[in-house]
Amino acid sequence: MTFNILWLQAGSCGGCTMAALTAQDRGMLAALKPFDVNVLWHPALSLESGQEAVAILQNVLDGKVVVDALCVEGSVLRGPHGSGKFQMMPGTERSMAAWIKDLAQQARYVIAVGTCSAFGGLPMAGGNPTDACGLQYEGDAAGGLLGREFVSKEGMPVINVAGCAPHPDWITETLSLLAAGRLTRERLDVRARPRFFADHLAHHGCSRNEYYEFKASASQFSQLGCMMENMGCKATQAVGDCNLRSWNGAKGGCPDAGFPCIACTSPGFETPKGSFQETSKRAGIPVGLPVDMPKAWFMALAALSKSATPKRVLNNAASDHVVVPPARENES
Amino acid sequence: MTRRIIGPFNRVEGDLEITLDIDGGVVREARVNASLYRGFEQILLGRPALDAISITPRICGICSVSQSVATVAALADAFAIKPAPNGQLGINLIHGAENLADHLTHFYLFFMPDFARPVYSNKPWFAEVERRFAAKTGLGAQAWLVARARLLHVTGILAGKWPHTLAVQPGGLTHAPDDGELMHLRSILADVRDFLQNTVFGTTLERIVELDRRPALDDAIEASLAAAGDFGLFGAVARDLSLENLGLGYDRFMSFGAYHGEGGALFAPGIMDGGAPLALDPNVFSEDPSHAWLMGDVAHPLDGETLPYADRVDAYTWCKAPRVEGRPVEVGAVARQLIADQPLIRDLIGKGPANVFARVIARLLESARIVLAMEDWAARLQAHASVCVETGGADQTSGIGVGLVEAARGSLGHWLRVENGLIQHYQIIAPTTWNFSPRDKHGQPGPLEFALQNTPVDDDEPTPASVQHVVRSFDPCMVCTVH
Ligand code: SF4
Ligand code: SF4
Repeated sequence: MTFNILWLQAGSCGGCTMAALTAQDRGMLAALKPFDVNVLWHPALSLESGQEAVAILQNVLDGKVVVDALCVEGSVLRGPHGSGKFQMMPGTERSMAAWIKDLAQQARYVIAVGTCSAFGGLPMAGGNPTDACGLQYEGDAAGGLLGREFVSKEGMPVINVAGCAPHPDWITETLSLLAAGRLTRERLDVRARPRFFADHLAHHGCSRNEYYEFKASASQFSQLGCMMENMGCKATQAVGDCNLRSWNGAKGGCPDAGFPCIACTSPGFETPKGSFQETSKRAGIPVGLPVDMPKAWFMALAALSKSATPKRVLNNAASDHVVVPPARENES
Repeated sequence: MTRRIIGPFNRVEGDLEITLDIDGGVVREARVNASLYRGFEQILLGRPALDAISITPRICGICSVSQSVATVAALADAFAIKPAPNGQLGINLIHGAENLADHLTHFYLFFMPDFARPVYSNKPWFAEVERRFAAKTGLGAQAWLVARARLLHVTGILAGKWPHTLAVQPGGLTHAPDDGELMHLRSILADVRDFLQNTVFGTTLERIVELDRRPALDDAIEASLAAAGDFGLFGAVARDLSLENLGLGYDRFMSFGAYHGEGGALFAPGIMDGGAPLALDPNVFSEDPSHAWLMGDVAHPLDGETLPYADRVDAYTWCKAPRVEGRPVEVGAVARQLIADQPLIRDLIGKGPANVFARVIARLLESARIVLAMEDWAARLQAHASVCVETGGADQTSGIGVGLVEAARGSLGHWLRVENGLIQHYQIIAPTTWNFSPRDKHGQPGPLEFALQNTPVDDDEPTPASVQHVVRSFDPCMVCTVH
């Protein structure tokens, strides 16, 4: 049976689509081929423009076409003053928010592609000038455009493929699971993110893990050390298998390429305590400690491992390439 | 006179609505509505200066590296920081990869599918165009997406995730490649060259970049057709539909200069006014909000602000009208190559305006030039030289900075002021802000509005193909336009 996808861009940057086009090194449509997926309309991929496109949406509203997956990319902009005028659907004199609300009632599943449509995302920063929100969350609070009680026709809440941008495979694998009828509520985490990626921390698999163990830290960009202590890395608190997957055929997510994880899979990432690229500290201790680690233990282990740091790790941490290669003491 | 409102205008990046006043089978007047406002300039205020590096790329998912590069250029200007030259090579590589990806994505996914519309089904070239370019099923687009992913491995190696990497910093690049990665980059570029030579052009890149006159271009198009190149197929379509007579814009162009390095920009900056070259002077820029749902009056980007005012009388878009000494300019690959003195583009345009054909040819020709430049940068990138200078010593608490760069779609400028370490002022003018600007207070239409005038339209077509060709020939990025 064909699985119909309808994709809309709300207040987005288009980056989720751009990411999806690199999925599995061939793009979303090719990656979804075995699942008999049909794209009813996608703003970047479909031929239909203007009235032809509006007709497709209208057919869905009228119940003439079944939408299996309504994918929404981008924050829902409710302002100014609840009018939705910050994003009118071109050619229709109706706000995008109103269109999404109505279309969501017709969909078997509703998917928030990216942190914007999941939690509100970057447009919520700076006092939220456009009254942006996610489909079923407003930051960390359930609600958003569709309300906390919303379930789509198959009884599922909005499925949050978080990430800014999400890993392309998170998008295609979520859609494949849905098309294969294999994504159940139990396989979503507390914020309705699919657990196949949300059961990991972004810190897992970072190439800097050994530096982390010894608290051998980078203090400047391009240095190899762990970025948690000084440079704002939040990967021990953010979910995602970012560094277990290759991203664009090479590096893992962010820290692997030399910049901090800014927790882009989390609600509220857009408004960090302090700044994005610097670790907020109280009395010299990072405010954000690993999700599930008692502070006392973290401190004790950090002190112990710092005292045991091998010279190699210590020197390499403050350099942009390996200056001391691994060797047994008696070999060097 | 009849009025037609066209939207959602898709296969452009972001949201677009066009209003056409039609009379006697041609467009008399056009109004462009950039219908999405997200408030980035408001969001940036009060944030620590370097936070801009995490925020502005999220303006745009298709030219996110361009936004990074512009932000970082503005910050480096404000704090008097010079990036490590070796890091600059890496930045040029990821920026080149993104721009090349944008050019060919525009060609294969956004622009060409319109020629596979049913209105053209009786054309001799239709079957082949449909096979190569039909939306969602075209074999050309499918091949391009595989090549695009491979090209973006350049970004994967040097910058990790894309879009929205933070690898570009005022001091340079965050990742120093090792010996192995340098070789890997060169293998990727060899594949990219193969795709352009075998699939796009059907001939060597060297031959393409040396094209200097219309007759040489016609020969190259014939040769490409014979070798089943998509460039040749476009050339055949363009000749049949006389695309060089469609979408005539203003005869004024601008480029901020692209791909900076120790020897200056690879493509020189400047302004071309009716065939006369002029120096680029950002002091004479202004933004005019008189037809936008925004407050305020005409102002230079260091003085102006961006605050929504949905009830503004006469407004029909969220986009301001940027002007150079009060005059509209066209930006993009065609402007860049014209100002960089590329002889073929000079020959195609002369002293006059650009057109649909010239815009597309300029983008393809520039694609070939980017690959050659990337091969050079990759060969010069060093594994054991610093990619990032220490910036701790620089005073980062106050300053005024301007970052002027070229994104795929044209000139991108960031203007900022930092006080006590916090952003006090931030204004952005993106390429499509120039091209898709509305009327200004003197009633002068923006470049697209002007280029749409006199476009022939068929009464039976609700969304005329001719209008779609003109609009998409600019490769608009609406999410950048208003931001
Ligand atoms: S840099 Fe970040 S992700 Fe990597 S080891 Fe350190 S804390 Fe973990
Ligand atoms: S590493 Fe962090 S910032 Fe990077 S993609 Fe993963 S969750 Fe987002």
